[in-house]
Amino acid sequence: MAQATTPAPSSTHTRGPVTGTARDANRKRAPFLIEFYRSAVGKKYVMAITGIMIMGFVFAHMVGNVKMYLGPAEFDTYAEFLRQILVPIFPRTLFLWLLRLGLITAFVLHIHAAYGLTVINHKARPVKYASKRDYVAANYASRTMRWSGIIVGLFIVFHLFDLSWTGTGFHYYRGAAYENVAHSLERPLVALIYIVANLALGLHLFHGAWSIFQSLGWNNPRFNKWRRGFAIAFAGLITVVNVSFPIMVQAGVVGHVG
Amino acid sequence: MTATEPLSGSPAPAAPGRTLNLTLRVWRQAGPDAPGAFEDYDAPGISVDMSFLEMLDVVNERLVEQSREPITFDHDCREGICGTCSLMINGRPHGPQRGTATCQLHMRKFADGDTIVIEPWRAEAFPVVRDLAVDRGAFDRIVEAGGYITVNSGSAPDANLIPIPKSVADAAFDAAACIGCGACVAACPNGAAQLFTSAKLAHLNLLPQGQAERYKRTEAMVDTMEELFGSCTNHGECEAACPKEIPIDFIALLNKDYLRAKLKNRRYLSRKP
Amino acid sequence: MSDITLDAKVPDGDIQTLWDEHKFNMKLVNPANKRKYEIIVVGTGLAGASAAATLAQLGYNVSAFTFHDSPRRAHSIAAQGGINAAKNYHGDGDSVHRLFYDTVKGGDFRSREANVYRLAQVSNSIIDQCAAQGVPFAREYGGLLDNRSFGGAQVSRTFYARGQTGQQLLLGAYQALAEQVGLGKVKLYNRCEFLDVVQVDGRAAGIVTRDLLTGEVQSHAAHAVVLATGGYSNAFFLSTNAMACNVSAAWRAHRRGALFANPCYTQIHPTCIPSSDEFQSKLTLMSESLRNDGRVWVPTKAGDPRGPDQIPESERDYFLERKYPSFGNLVPRDVASRNIKAQVDSGKGVGPLRNGAYLDFAESIKRLSPQVVEERYGNLFDMYERITDENPYKQPMRIFPAPHYTMGGLWVDYHLETTIPGLYAIGEANFADQGANRLGASALMQGLADGYFILPYTIGDGLAPLLNKPLADTNHPAFKAAEAEVTDRYRGYLATNGTRSVDWFHRELGHIVWDNCGMERSRPGLEKALSEIPALYQEFKTDLRVLGDDRSLNQSLERAGRVDDFFQLAELMCRDALEREESCGGHFRVEHQTEEGEALRDDENFAYVAAWEWTGPDTPAELHKEHLDFKHVHLAQRSYK
Repeated sequence: MAQATTPAPSSTHTRGPVTGTARDANRKRAPFLIEFYRSAVGKKYVMAITGIMIMGFVFAHMVGNVKMYLGPAEFDTYAEFLRQILVPIFPRTLFLWLLRLGLITAFVLHIHAAYGLTVINHKARPVKYASKRDYVAANYASRTMRWSGIIVGLFIVFHLFDLSWTGTGFHYYRGAAYENVAHSLERPLVALIYIVANLALGLHLFHGAWSIFQSLGWNNPRFNKWRRGFAIAFAGLITVVNVSFPIMVQAGVVGHVG
Repeated sequence: MTATEPLSGSPAPAAPGRTLNLTLRVWRQAGPDAPGAFEDYDAPGISVDMSFLEMLDVVNERLVEQSREPITFDHDCREGICGTCSLMINGRPHGPQRGTATCQLHMRKFADGDTIVIEPWRAEAFPVVRDLAVDRGAFDRIVEAGGYITVNSGSAPDANLIPIPKSVADAAFDAAACIGCGACVAACPNGAAQLFTSAKLAHLNLLPQGQAERYKRTEAMVDTMEELFGSCTNHGECEAACPKEIPIDFIALLNKDYLRAKLKNRRYLSRKP
Repeated sequence: MSDITLDAKVPDGDIQTLWDEHKFNMKLVNPANKRKYEIIVVGTGLAGASAAATLAQLGYNVSAFTFHDSPRRAHSIAAQGGINAAKNYHGDGDSVHRLFYDTVKGGDFRSREANVYRLAQVSNSIIDQCAAQGVPFAREYGGLLDNRSFGGAQVSRTFYARGQTGQQLLLGAYQALAEQVGLGKVKLYNRCEFLDVVQVDGRAAGIVTRDLLTGEVQSHAAHAVVLATGGYSNAFFLSTNAMACNVSAAWRAHRRGALFANPCYTQIHPTCIPSSDEFQSKLTLMSESLRNDGRVWVPTKAGDPRGPDQIPESERDYFLERKYPSFGNLVPRDVASRNIKAQVDSGKGVGPLRNGAYLDFAESIKRLSPQVVEERYGNLFDMYERITDENPYKQPMRIFPAPHYTMGGLWVDYHLETTIPGLYAIGEANFADQGANRLGASALMQGLADGYFILPYTIGDGLAPLLNKPLADTNHPAFKAAEAEVTDRYRGYLATNGTRSVDWFHRELGHIVWDNCGMERSRPGLEKALSEIPALYQEFKTDLRVLGDDRSLNQSLERAGRVDDFFQLAELMCRDALEREESCGGHFRVEHQTEEGEALRDDENFAYVAAWEWTGPDTPAELHKEHLDFKHVHLAQRSYK
C-alpha cells in the first residue's frame, strides 16, 4: 500500500439523510421594514436608495461648487440661497437642516448596510483562494468599493471640519464660503487630499451608479446598455468638475480674494 | 471483422497534432478537516486534443503507477451538462474559455511549458470533501425551499391548455439552462449564489404555471440562499464564469420579486382565517 | 432454482382497455395507511426521481439514494433530442396505436406488446405533467407546443427543449423530488452507493449501501425496493454514458436472484464525435436530430486524401440516401450505425484517423440560411467546435457510432417487479419496452412513464397485502451477512496490491467487448471474447492496484467495484449474444443477414425474452425464456427502403 499524501481521517462518522429542509412559510415575521432590512437583498435596496440620495446631493453640491468660477459674490449668494429655501413657509435654514438630517440618515444607513454586507460576505468565504484570482468582469472599482467608501467617508469628516465647522489651520471665517475654500485649497497638501478623495469618489460612483439599477431590480433590455453609460458619465462629470477646484486654486485661476 | 483504430485493442497511433509539456500545481487535501497544500506534478506529452479532465486522467494513471494516490476531482458526464465538474483553473472557475465547463475545456487552450494552478472552489457553503472535490448540497437546499411548481403526478391539465408566448418560453429556458455547477459562487468575490438562485427563480417565475407559488417561492428560496451564501454586490464575475452564460439580468429580477414577495406575503399572511 | 417460471402477469383483455381495467382491479392502499410503508428508490434520474416524488406525494415514506453529490446530476440530464408522445397536436395522423406500432416495430419485434401499448397510452400524460411543472418545451409563435419528427418516425410527435430535453425533464423531476425532500416526505441520501439487496422471507426487505464520503457500510430496511439505476453501456468503456454509469445495482440484484434479460441488446448511436486519441475517456453524442438536416456521406474512393471541400459531388457517396430512398438519412439508429461502420471498415473513413463519416450541413445552410440552422442546432455546433476545433458551419462534421443505450436489463413483469418479490426495476435499468432497438426520443418517455404513471399504481398492489407488517430488522442475519460481504469485497480490492489501475482493466475489457460484442457479432468473435474476458478478470483479481483507504472518498475504489461487475456482465452479454442465433435491432450477428446486409430475424425460434438466472460465480447462468406473442402488430421484416 502506498503512502497517502496526507493522513486520512481514521474514524467513520455517519452522515444522515437530508429531509424536511423547507422553511416554515407561516413563521412569525418582524415588521416589514425590519424584516426586509435584515435580508441581504434588503440591505442592497437600502444601499441603492441611500445611494441615489447621496448621488443627488453630490450632484447638487457640484453644481453649487461651479459657482466658484463666477466669483465670490455669486458663490456666497448661492450659499445664502440654500439657507433661504422655502422661506417664509419655514424659518431660515430649517429646510436646509431637514435636508442635512435626511442626508445624515442616508449616510448612516449606507455605511451600516455596507458594514452588514461585508460581514456576511466575509463569513461566506472564510478560507480564501490560495492561488491568484484572474478576474474577468469584476473591475478595480467594484472590488475596491469598501476602500473607496472608507476614503470618501474619512474625507467627508475632514471636509466638514475644513469648510463647515472649524477650518483646518487657516483663517476660517464662518459664512465666508468662497474665502474659506480658497484659503484651504491654496495649501498643496490639502489640494492633494481633495484630489485623491474625489478620485476615490469617482471610482465609488462608477460602480455604485451602475449597481443601483441591478439592486433595485430596474432591468429592461431596452435601457440596459445605457446603465453603464450613465454610470461613466455621472462619475466622470462629478470627478472632473470636483477635481478642477483644487487644481484651479493651485493654478491661481480662481480663489484670489481681493 | 475489423474494428476502427482508436477503439480496438491494438496500440493507438501517436496522437495527431501537437503535444504539451505542462506542470500542474494541484491542491491536495485528505479530508474535510485535514490541512491542504499545493503539490506540483509534471504532465509531459499532453495531446492538445485532450480535454482538461482527460489530461487529469493521464496524470492520475501515472500517479497510480508510481504508487501515489490519484487526485480526487468531481466529474461525470464530460459533455458540459451534468454540472458535476468544477475546478478553479489559473484563477478562473472552469478555466480560461468563456461559456465552457471544465470537462469541455481542451488542452489546445494552453501553451507548452505552462504551469497550471488547480484549486477547489472555495465557499463556506461548499466545503472541500477531498482534494478538488467540494460538497454543493447547499444548492439542493435552495431548490428544496421552493424551486419547483407543485403539481401532483397525474393532476396536470392538457399541456396546450395554457399557451405561452414563444418569447416567454425562450426567456424561461435561458434561465433554466443552469447546470448547478457552482461556478457563480466560486467566481463571486463575495461567495454569493445569486446567479444560481435567480436563474431558478426566473425560470419558474416567468412562466404562467409558476405564478401561483411565485412569491412564496421567491421569499423561501432567497431567505434560504442568504442563510448559506454571501450577498451580491454586482461584480458580474458570476456571469463571466457561467458555463451556460446565464446573464445577471436575472439577479435584477430576483431583487424585484423579493421586494414584492416580502410585501405580498405579509398582506396575505396578516389575514386571520 | 431452475424451477422459475416466468410469469409476465399481463392481464387478459382488450389491449386498448387493459391498463385502465387493470388499474381498477389492482389492490389499493388506503391513503391513511400509505404512511405505514417505507419504500427505497435507488437512483434519481428520470425514472427514480419521478417515482420517488410521486410515491411521496401519494403519502408513502420514501428514501431516495444517489451516488452523485446531487440528484440532479443523474445521466438522464444528458439526453438531447426529445420525448415522444401521441398527442397528435400536428394532426398528421398520429395516435396511441401508431406510437405503439412504431415502437414495437422499431424494437424489431422483441418487446412485450402490452407494456408498449401502456407506454404509448401514458405518453400524453407525461407531456401534460412536465408542462405543468414548468419544463420549457419548445413552442410555436402561437404559444402552443412545437413538435419535430425524430429518428425513424414519419409523424411529428417529438417534444423537445432545444438540445437539452433530458436536462429540462430531469430538472422537472428533480424539483418535484426536492419539494418532497423539503417537506420531509423523502429522505435523500447523496453520495451513497447501493451495493446489495437483502431478502428476508423470500421478499426484498432492504438494501446495503456504502457512503462514498465516509466508507460507512449501512443497512436500510423497506417494504419495497425500486431500482432506477440506468444502463450498462460503460461495459464498452468508451460510450456516450457518463463516467459513473454502471451496472452494479442491477448486477448485484441479479446475483441475488433477479433475472437479467436480453443483456446483448445494446444500442450504438450513429451520430457521435469520433475519438481523437487513445486517452479518450468518453465519446460525445450529438443529437440524432442533426440527421434531419445533415447529409451523411463518404468519398467514393477509399483512402481519399483530399479535404471535404476538395471532393466534388460526383465523388461523394451519400450512402444512406442511396440505399434507403424513402427514409434516407433518417433510418433507425441500428441501421444508420451499421452502415457508417461498413463504410469506415471499407477504408472510406474520413478525418485524421479515418474513423468517421461526414455529416454535411452545406445544403441545409444554403436552403434554410445559417440563422435557421443555428437556431436549430447552434448549441450542438458549438459543442462540436469546442471538442474538435472544427467549425461545422464551414466544414462537414465527422461522426461515428458509439455505445449509447442498453435495451437489456433486469427482467420485470407487467407490474415492473423483478423475479425477487418486492424488488422493482424502472427506466433503463429494466429490460424495457424497447425490444431489441430503441427509437429516438423514447427513453425519456419510458423513464418518466415508469416513474410517474406506472410504478406508483403497481407498487400499491404489491404493498397492500403487507399492511401493518413491520419492517425487517437491519440486525437480521441476512443484513449482517450482506454488510460483511460488501466490506470484505472492498477491502479485497485495496489488499490486492497489484500493478494495474482500475481504468486500465476497464479500458482493456472495453476493447474486448467492443471488438466482439459491439455493432457486429459473430460466433468466433464471441467465443474469443468468452475466453478473453475470464482471463482478464482473473488478472483483475490478482493484479489490481487501488491506493488509499476505504474510510474516505476514494474514487478508484468505487470504480473497482463497478468494473468488477462489468466483467461479470460482459461475459453474460457475450453468452446471450452467442445464444441468440439471429439478428434483431441492436443485436447483429454477421451469420444472420439478408443479401443486402440487413438484420435477419428468426421469429420461429427467437421471439422470446432471454432472461438469465445467476447460478453462482463458477457456473454458467441459466437461460429462461419468456415467449412473446404478437397479436396486434404483424410480424414483418423491417424495411426502411
